[in-house]
Amino acid sequence: MTDITRLTAAEIADRLARKEISSVEATQAHLDRIAAVDGDVHAFLHVDPEGALAAARQADEQRAAGESRSALAGVPIAVKDVVATQGQPTTAGSKMLQGWIPPYDATLVTRLRAAGLPILGKTNMDEFAMGSSTEHSAYGPSHNPWDLERTPGGSGGGSSAAVAAFEAPLAIGTDTGGSIRQPASVTGTVGAKPTYGGVSRYGLIALASSLDQAGPCTRSVLDAALLHEVIGGHDVMDSTSIDAPVPPVVDAARKADVKGLRIGVIKEISGEGFQPGVQKRFEESLQLLVDRGAEVVEVSCPTFEQGLAAYYLILPSEASSNLAKFDAMRYGLRVSPDGVDSPSAEQVMAATRDAGFGDEVKRRIILGTYALSSGYYDAYYGQAQKVRTLIARDFAAAFEKADVLVSPTAPTTAFKLGDKLDDPMAMYLNDVATIPANLAGVPGLSLPSGLADEDGLPAGFQILAPAAKDHLMYGVGAALEAALLEQWGGPLTPPELAGDHVKEIAR
Amino acid sequence: MSVATTDAVLPYDEVLAKYDPVMGLEVHVELGTATKMFCGCATTFGAEPNTQTCPVCLGLPGALPVVNAAAVESAIRIGLALNCQVAEWCRFARKNYFYPDMPKNFQTSQYDEPIVFDGYLDVELDDGEVFRVDIERAHMEEDTGKSLHVGGSTGRIQGADYSLVDYNRAGIPLVEIVTRPIRGAGERAPEVARAFVATLRDLLKALDVSDVKMEQGSMRCDANVSLMPKGADQLGTRTETKNVNSLRSVERAVRYEMCRHAAVLEAGGSILQETRHWHEDTGVTTSGRPKSDADDYRYFPEPDLVPVAPSRELVDQLRGTLPEPPGERRKRLQSAWGYSDLEMRDVMNAGAVEIIEETVAAGATPAAARKWWTGELARRANAEGKAVSDFNVTPAYVAELDGMVASGRLNDSMARQVLEGVINGEGAPTAVADARGLELVQDDGALESAVDEVIAANPDVAAKVRDGKVQAAGALIGQVMKAMKGQADAAKVRELILQRLT
Repeated sequence: MTDITRLTAAEIADRLARKEISSVEATQAHLDRIAAVDGDVHAFLHVDPEGALAAARQADEQRAAGESRSALAGVPIAVKDVVATQGQPTTAGSKMLQGWIPPYDATLVTRLRAAGLPILGKTNMDEFAMGSSTEHSAYGPSHNPWDLERTPGGSGGGSSAAVAAFEAPLAIGTDTGGSIRQPASVTGTVGAKPTYGGVSRYGLIALASSLDQAGPCTRSVLDAALLHEVIGGHDVMDSTSIDAPVPPVVDAARKADVKGLRIGVIKEISGEGFQPGVQKRFEESLQLLVDRGAEVVEVSCPTFEQGLAAYYLILPSEASSNLAKFDAMRYGLRVSPDGVDSPSAEQVMAATRDAGFGDEVKRRIILGTYALSSGYYDAYYGQAQKVRTLIARDFAAAFEKADVLVSPTAPTTAFKLGDKLDDPMAMYLNDVATIPANLAGVPGLSLPSGLADEDGLPAGFQILAPAAKDHLMYGVGAALEAALLEQWGGPLTPPELAGDHVKEIAR
Repeated sequence: MSVATTDAVLPYDEVLAKYDPVMGLEVHVELGTATKMFCGCATTFGAEPNTQTCPVCLGLPGALPVVNAAAVESAIRIGLALNCQVAEWCRFARKNYFYPDMPKNFQTSQYDEPIVFDGYLDVELDDGEVFRVDIERAHMEEDTGKSLHVGGSTGRIQGADYSLVDYNRAGIPLVEIVTRPIRGAGERAPEVARAFVATLRDLLKALDVSDVKMEQGSMRCDANVSLMPKGADQLGTRTETKNVNSLRSVERAVRYEMCRHAAVLEAGGSILQETRHWHEDTGVTTSGRPKSDADDYRYFPEPDLVPVAPSRELVDQLRGTLPEPPGERRKRLQSAWGYSDLEMRDVMNAGAVEIIEETVAAGATPAAARKWWTGELARRANAEGKAVSDFNVTPAYVAELDGMVASGRLNDSMARQVLEGVINGEGAPTAVADARGLELVQDDGALESAVDEVIAANPDVAAKVRDGKVQAAGALIGQVMKAMKGQADAAKVRELILQRLT
């Protein structure tokens, strides 16, 4: 019998529909897998077996009664810990929110519950989604299932690692500068960032409001599209959410057709600075698309080179304001300063923020506070917003020439835990290929393009589409995926976790 | 906590001899929308603490604001009534600062892109002179929560054992109306300040966008005051007196600050730019927190909200809902009612325009309507510490009463007795008069014999009247009225007496 955890979400859904398995079985299988391997991977901050199994039982009962609630009803899912879940802890990877249980569900969680997906638990992440390695989690790093000594990327390393390690067929991530796509790239999984506003942000603990976007982490392009359809669509609780139907992403993923499509290679995001093995897999993938009838054009987006700088002004500026609410007054951590008899509100707040926030968070709060301060606003925040406009113009011009744009997702394969922890700039460079999409609000998808020759670790292929045309990237992604699977003879599987010997790995 | 009351002040005349005052007024108005600015929570005043809250107005992690369209419409109507331009496109901004009663530690407000701007309000002073106050802008924002400091003697945070926060008010929509610097008011500056707030209050009431209750904080005024030496053109340093909550206090606070500034300047000192607190009981201001240009709110456009772009159709449609401006309405009614300027001002000050209008509509003469509402009823309400509206007296009752006087059924003192009965809940005026047997004696025979008896009993007085001292008849009239137990028409009594004696 096939191990349920090795199935994609679409395959599980198919077997649920044919009543070959039950949701309780599928959910229990993943809970068992989590119990077996998460000690090594540390993808989860919180697992909720009771809640997940209760939802699974309900999904089974409804299916038995002939009322299946969605294509993915009964398929279990993991949710990044930055998303508010009623009755389950939500910490955003920070000590500041240790033990906080939200009294409400994020809109996307409401939709997952309504669609009948059991929620396995909450996945690890860099504190308040700041970082590209999940090493900035206050609860310890996650490990890359391909090599436990390496990072699974970040900030959503927990979600991608959970999917890569077969602990969950589906996971929710959030992508502010690449936090869905970059972890997908280095864990050999699929990650999709929908168009800004395509999935409600209501209930997502904000990092940078104008950049944040929730989306799917999966092992196949079709799974991503199926999940996108469940969580996407307009929400009256989020005024920036797009008031239009979800693009036909599932249809596009099923058709997987690229004939006659113009695929633009972004000159500025490839080649120099990219690991040779990553670059090589990228070029081969491009050739596979050409073989399937696509036309390749080169496009230039000159202002993308300023994207990183603009991003690291806009993000901390918004974050400094968004994180101001963590002041020890109403919820979360409260620390009294040492040696003060009756501390003032300000003293308690300062002591709490000192103890509760990690270094990276403090670094960005200080950066953002400075960038917004009077006298510096125009030089920093104002200038960054202008760059943002130019990047959007570059995208618009590039999309005149090409239907979708492509690049490697991340410059390198997974780096070792600790390698870049003391060098924020090196860490920031990891998101150089993914950031422009967030600045412009366009959708992006990453799928595995193979293993780099030099280290045998996964490389990612990024596809960007015009805003609100998310279906284009799913169509191209599915076509490439099909070609690659044909070539590989099956999906890529992390070697260390491939067998049952996982517990014998010396740590 | 000691309240400094030792600040020297210069006599007002001396202030004016040397300085020209410049004022800037900022008026916060809580809008009377059913729900909050950015969420669906109720805005009812006086609810149990923290019962009208949700993840959005509590600023819980992950919650997002959504703009209340009704609040935007109210703001636009206020702007149109203040002769302002309406922005075709504007945004909210975040004003970042830390305070325990502010859930997000930033206030969602408008900064350099207000919804309405560049208007004016004509303000009529007590002597009828009209002073134009330029409006710089009016913008939308959300209110903060309220702190309650428990344990200290002053109710302030200093010395308190602990503090409680009520977030019911957090997120209630506010419109802040900001004037341009008001110059040239001279000695009338305090009066202009009061008249501006009063006129604005009447306007907002007519717009029906707020209950404008200063004592409940739904309308609050911050008064900026500075002095310029006469002949100078450089603005002086200003102080901002916060949250002044009555019309009278606005006037007094401006005057006090003028006198205090002058005393400081005369002593060779300089004014510290700061916020000041107004003390109603002692009539002074005390220092609040220093406010300098170093205050850095780090404003930036609110990324959680899409811009507000009211269509021109909507603006035109809202323009069509504006009420007659209170000033024009007042002139129209004054002319229709034939009131003198003084009478009209009394009516305005008593807040009795609407009720007089209804009473006249119900059939009373304008003179009688004014007499009852601003006279007897206002006096009684004042004496009993009540509002006129607390009495069971309707415009229709007053009109009925006036009709009974006009038809000769009641005289003035009897009408007052009837009104007494109405206030006591004895029913409509006619019913009260019936029940109490109040009716002028219409029988001329009885009246004439009473007159004859009184003349006969007072030959000395009668002689005086015969000699031409007509005013002496008053004593006779009084006696006749007494004999008739008040139920006679005094004018008729007088006529009969004079008939007989002249």
